[in-house]
Amino acid sequence: MRKRIRNLFILILIIMAVYGIILAVVELPPYGMPDNPVHNEVSERYFNDALEDTGVLNMVTSIVLDYRAYDTMFETIVLFTAALAVVITIKTSKSKENGK
Amino acid sequence: MKDFILKRMASIILPFICIYGFYVILHGHVSPGGSFAGGIIVGLSFIAYSTIYGIEKGRKKLPEKVLVAAESYGTLWYGIMGLVGIIKGVPFLANKLAGVDLGVPGTLNSGGLISFIGFGVGIRVASTMVTLFFTMMEEE
Repeated sequence: MRKRIRNLFILILIIMAVYGIILAVVELPPYGMPDNPVHNEVSERYFNDALEDTGVLNMVTSIVLDYRAYDTMFETIVLFTAALAVVITIKTSKSKENGK
Repeated sequence: MKDFILKRMASIILPFICIYGFYVILHGHVSPGGSFAGGIIVGLSFIAYSTIYGIEKGRKKLPEKVLVAAESYGTLWYGIMGLVGIIKGVPFLANKLAGVDLGVPGTLNSGGLISFIGFGVGIRVASTMVTLFFTMMEEE
């Protein structure tokens, strides 16, 4: 009986959460329209000044490695940490097994 | 693997794959692609080599010391390139502000520090791919 009440409670919670998500999705602007709030002065600045600011033809590279250089730097550090974590986990577990 | 055709074909194709990866890394500021994609291609050529010819032969081509050095110094290289801005008295990782010659757009010698940074990132991504592959394959 108690389990049933708990399940009912969880079901009501899920329905409420899904209802909220659907409400938010309905409010989204239509996809790809030119007057969406994403297309603001930031992207205009990149389109117009990227070549002059960085001297690079590939605009993705100019944003990734110049405008957003900090982001890319810590992205490489995240990669480094991931590789380090994998190596440490696997190598230490292997040496422990050999020690036993 | 003991497949004769596979080994012959790999010995013809793999060098070109590796060189193409370096081409994509070095032309990241001119053509589509970039350091991440090029690094994946370079790493993939080594991964394919060691799956076809065996892990031991792949290890001989890329010893652990080289991999560790490429990984660590690739990350450090990014920071060193960022220090150029600090030495010139402008913010960290500045490119045009630091007074670096940007060159002619569309040629290989353009973009100032971007091509140098991209090379470091490409080396890093390649070495990470190969390290993860070797570590997980040797675990078994």
